[in-house]
Amino acid sequence: MELVFFVNLFAAGIRSGTAILFASIGEIFAERAGVLNLGVEGMMLMGAMTAFGTAHATGNPWLGLLVAAVMGGLLALLHAFVTITLRADQVVSGLALTFVGTGLSAVLGAGLIEVRTAPRLPAFHIPLLADIPIVGPIFFQHNIIVYLGFLLAPLAWFYIYRTRPGLELRAIGEYPAAADVQGINVNAQRYLYVIAGGVLAGMGGAALSLAITPLWLEGMTAGQGWIAIGLVIFAGWNPLRAALGSYLFGAIRRLPLDLQILPIFLRNPTWGYFTNMLPYLFTIIVLVIGSREAMRKRMGSPAALGQPYAREERGA
Amino acid sequence: MGGISLRRIGRALLVPALAVITALLIGAVVMLIFGDDPLAAYRGLFSGAFGNGRAWSTTIRKMTPLILTGLSVSVAFKAGLFNIGASGQFLIGTVFSVAVGVSFEGLPIYVHLPLALLAGILGGMLWGAIPGMLKVFTGAHEVIVTIMLNYVGALFAGWTVYAGGTQGQRPGPLWDPTAGAISETADVFPSAQLPWIFGPPYRVHWGVVLALLAAVLIWWLIFRTTVGFEMRTVGQNPRAARYAGMSVSRMVILAMVMAGGLAGLAGAIETLGLNHKFAPEFSGAVGFDGITVALLGQTNPFGVILAAFMLGALDAGAARMQFQSGVAADIIQVIQALVLAFVAAPAIIRQLFRLRRIPEQIEETTLRTSWGG
Repeated sequence: MELVFFVNLFAAGIRSGTAILFASIGEIFAERAGVLNLGVEGMMLMGAMTAFGTAHATGNPWLGLLVAAVMGGLLALLHAFVTITLRADQVVSGLALTFVGTGLSAVLGAGLIEVRTAPRLPAFHIPLLADIPIVGPIFFQHNIIVYLGFLLAPLAWFYIYRTRPGLELRAIGEYPAAADVQGINVNAQRYLYVIAGGVLAGMGGAALSLAITPLWLEGMTAGQGWIAIGLVIFAGWNPLRAALGSYLFGAIRRLPLDLQILPIFLRNPTWGYFTNMLPYLFTIIVLVIGSREAMRKRMGSPAALGQPYAREERGA
Repeated sequence: MGGISLRRIGRALLVPALAVITALLIGAVVMLIFGDDPLAAYRGLFSGAFGNGRAWSTTIRKMTPLILTGLSVSVAFKAGLFNIGASGQFLIGTVFSVAVGVSFEGLPIYVHLPLALLAGILGGMLWGAIPGMLKVFTGAHEVIVTIMLNYVGALFAGWTVYAGGTQGQRPGPLWDPTAGAISETADVFPSAQLPWIFGPPYRVHWGVVLALLAAVLIWWLIFRTTVGFEMRTVGQNPRAARYAGMSVSRMVILAMVMAGGLAGLAGAIETLGLNHKFAPEFSGAVGFDGITVALLGQTNPFGVILAAFMLGALDAGAARMQFQSGVAADIIQVIQALVLAFVAAPAIIRQLFRLRRIPEQIEETTLRTSWGG
């Protein structure tokens, strides 16, 4: 195998991991605030569909990205209302959101499947950096959404660990009663971060349909929303580790495509079924490693994750 | 369960009934927005589901696998688990039952058919056991694991019938060589097929009876046996169960194995009763609908039958609705998703209709879940 094989694989991994990156960082914000949102897959699908539809109808991919973000935010608002205000079960509500998003995107997007192309987000080489051998092709010859992903991860990290609002965010996910005593409006902030998570998931979907695989297909996320949720645990709720994981998963998702043109795979096409299982199997492995109790503690699972907060029950 | 009183049944049915009605109303609003006539659509839907003998038989046919996948999800719920993997378990069950169905020519039907059904159950059990064990031994949450296994299961099922390449590359083990370039299995032998109750044009097979029997059996198991009691205790309060000396781990694995077996049986019945073969385009989507069925049926086996009938009728009427009124049959998917949303978050319905909180004992299906806990 040649160097170019790996350069292509890593470059493709970074490109296709960008959707998971946006979604998982969004989920980190929601979970850090104490709200689990299993609706990521549904929000991504609605984001992907509306982004593609908007770009096709208006000719403006940026408008598509915006609409996807708003759509993701609106769906997340529903989840926030049901789980924070009505205090319903977060797991069930999130699942319902995924199903509604999947069904709705299939129905509303049915007419878009014949649309072969819509305007894409622009891709460009970053001057000078793109010319560095090996590093250039891997990192600096991408779509703009990929570069936005490069910025998002460190910004999210800085926000969570180095700013005052980030400290409050961590507090409401760890010990909401204490945060409340400090004068933080726990539920208002939870609304905010759940919606922020939805906005990012919607943008992740848009990254798919406007840049990574620029078209609309029913169920095109193929489980990436779920992979993003699994990744959050593995990343220990840390955006930088989530970014690393996302690119790794991007590469694993991409691997079957690169492998299938190798002679040995051409002779054994059935192997493709098994290489295609890799991202899903890998998610399970990652989950198994990340879920062991001691590991969860060390990795910093937000203590109040999954629990609604009600002031009258404070101190419980 | 305890004593049966009409009042209690009425109360238990209130939220699901309102959920369905609300979903249909929202569906009507969506149709109005798109300039369609909801009355015509729902008239078509009704006649497609109940208009004549054929319509009824379609409803029954659609209902059959939904009962089983609904039971699958319900059993897991009783133990406090979310089985989102019924779809994968369904497919593995399908593949296992087809494997037995296309082998062993010449066996008498009373051996071959049960064997093929059992194979389907076994396949589903295996696929359900994995998330159960991972949950118990590592704490990996069953929701993500089962969803990932759905994808893996679908790829595995696809592999078994892969037709091979044009240059004589190796095909999948269950592929039928006489199918040419088409990826599909041969038909299962007649000795492995579920007989018709009403033959064509009605095409109602004995699977519906098996599904109903399974519901009764599961009801008995959950509400009338010690194992069922332990399972419900684990689901409602694992800590109390542990103090009482019950093995939470055993119950979690058992519930997932049973859930898998039921979904696997659904796959076997669909194949041996209806399709008689497997091809990659047969999806396990009924596995996902099982979630709606289970929640709509309040995870009670008899409620599941009612809910499966309801959803089966929606599926059955969809085509007729599109034909008569021009409203895309896909709207039914959205209506079903809304039903799920409303039964999943009954708080919405209560808020909407200003219902008082239903007393504790009826809410015994309340899901006790915590992420990772």
